[in-house]
Amino acid sequence: MRALFAAVIAAACAIAFAFLLLPIVAIFVHVPLGDLLSALGSGVTRDALVVSLKTSAIAHALVLLVGTPVAYLLGRRRFPGRGVVLTLVELPLVLPPAVAGVGLIAAFGRFGLLGDELNALGIRIGFTQAAVVLAVAFVESPFYVRGAVAAFESVDGDLLSAARTLGAGSWRVFFRVAIPLAAGGLGAASALALARGLGEFGATIIFAGSLQGVTQTLPLAIYSQFDQDFDVALAISALFILVGAGILIALKVFSALDFSTRSLRGLTAR
Amino acid sequence: MASLRLDIAVPTRSFDVELTLDLGAETLALVGPSGAGKTTVLRAVAGLAKPARGTIACGDDLWFGDRVNVRPEQRSVGFVFQEYALFPHLTVERNVTFGGGKADGLLDRLRIAHLAKAKPRELSGGERQRVALARALARNPRVLLLDEPMGALDPHTRGTVRAELHDLLRELRLPTLLVTHDFEDAAAVADRIGVLADGRLRQLATAAELLGAPADEVVATFAGANVLPGIAEPAPGGLTAVRLDAGATAYSVDEAVGEVDAILYPWDVSLGLVAIDDSALNHLAEEIVSVAHVGNRVRVRLRTLTAEITAASAERLELRPGRRVVASFKATATRLLARRERPPAEAAR
Repeated sequence: MRALFAAVIAAACAIAFAFLLLPIVAIFVHVPLGDLLSALGSGVTRDALVVSLKTSAIAHALVLLVGTPVAYLLGRRRFPGRGVVLTLVELPLVLPPAVAGVGLIAAFGRFGLLGDELNALGIRIGFTQAAVVLAVAFVESPFYVRGAVAAFESVDGDLLSAARTLGAGSWRVFFRVAIPLAAGGLGAASALALARGLGEFGATIIFAGSLQGVTQTLPLAIYSQFDQDFDVALAISALFILVGAGILIALKVFSALDFSTRSLRGLTAR
Repeated sequence: MASLRLDIAVPTRSFDVELTLDLGAETLALVGPSGAGKTTVLRAVAGLAKPARGTIACGDDLWFGDRVNVRPEQRSVGFVFQEYALFPHLTVERNVTFGGGKADGLLDRLRIAHLAKAKPRELSGGERQRVALARALARNPRVLLLDEPMGALDPHTRGTVRAELHDLLRELRLPTLLVTHDFEDAAAVADRIGVLADGRLRQLATAAELLGAPADEVVATFAGANVLPGIAEPAPGGLTAVRLDAGATAYSVDEAVGEVDAILYPWDVSLGLVAIDDSALNHLAEEIVSVAHVGNRVRVRLRTLTAEITAASAERLELRPGRRVVASFKATATRLLARRERPPAEAAR
């Protein structure tokens, strides 16, 4: 019986591994490294790469800038309604990205909730790069905020209290103690959110469209190319796999940089 | 004049801690079982917990009171946290100078100058404690707060650290509030000891007074005494006989009638394999429950009481759990406390 159990487990592992790895291997079988570079040189790919990097960078910066203080509040304070706020923050996580796109149009589109106000200011968002930035930020923000809340929660409260009794005001406690101690978790959450943002597809195509050189990001370029020039679609996909692997490695490194004092406490308790 | 006065009620999860203290340049230890609200008091003084009402004043400055609540960063307290709460990402030197001030003199004084560039995780418990003290003192605080400063140390270093801390606090002459669950730590370091239980101060006195005249059985237990409940009645020779709830009878020179607690310190109990005819009036034959080594002493727990004897004696008598021994103690070492009314929950214990 034990041998049978081991065989079942082994078979499950083999199937799972083959299933998950096969598509990735297939892409690299189709795209020799030399072809990859030439395909990446094509106009469509270069335009999409520029749009993706620019919009992702801006969206990610906005998410870090606004999301970090929000996560600090949610991670360190207990207040009535905190659970509701946490759930709301995580809502985009479970929404289909297409719904996010429709929601963004309903809010910021020309006939949306804020349409009149934006029109009056002469601001048009739909089908511009700003729309890409909003779509990416909307979809990736819960990945960052959720991880950042957990990172701030894991900081030993006595360390923040100690900083205050040593004369540090709120700003100093935040920048000199909370941020450095949460750095590992913040970095991991940031890398995960960035990966999600780079791969954003559904919300972007609905809210921003797929105009080459303007709103066509790398995932949108794959979609537009795969019935025209499958080799380009393959090349961009291969690029994504490399970037993804890089982000996963970064995640492991950040997790190893865990400054939380849990481990330290374990030592003293012994 | 350095002083700290507090008269506060601080809510905790299960009860309110109510406490009135007046400290000069002295060390006052708050002792009590864990969950007695000791740490809450320190946090309130530091401004990290908000009292429901009351006042906290340092010298002429009101820190908390009528519409006053000075922020922790403006209160000038040196706080040594439980487990020390050293910043793990900073070196010893940067930990000490985190709040400003210079580290050099303090590092030398606390004999940690050679560790200036080390990170907290590389330090031993005793070294961490000294770093925490240096950090708390670096800003020349007006009040010192120590939360279980010896809690994270192993028994070997404890004795030395106690003596060092005692000397340091004498030198500093700061109002110092120290919290510990260990009566011996408190007795070794503090000028006065307050016993806190269930959020109330049961007794505030010197260690000698607490041992000699504990106010109630909580204080006596905490000071390390055996508390043997029983019924007292006059006996011949000016003695009092206590029929112990556990069965035997013990004699005391204290006068009492009715329900009492007989208080007896472990070091006043001697153990033998047979009852010998000496001057001790009280002999109880009991089974050994456990034998624990504490430094060069051995704490032998019997069914109803604990004795403390030397390691050499324990070895000579070959004491081990399950063995029957005779515990002897003098009537003069047996104090009687009239039993106060106890809430039913406590009496049931």
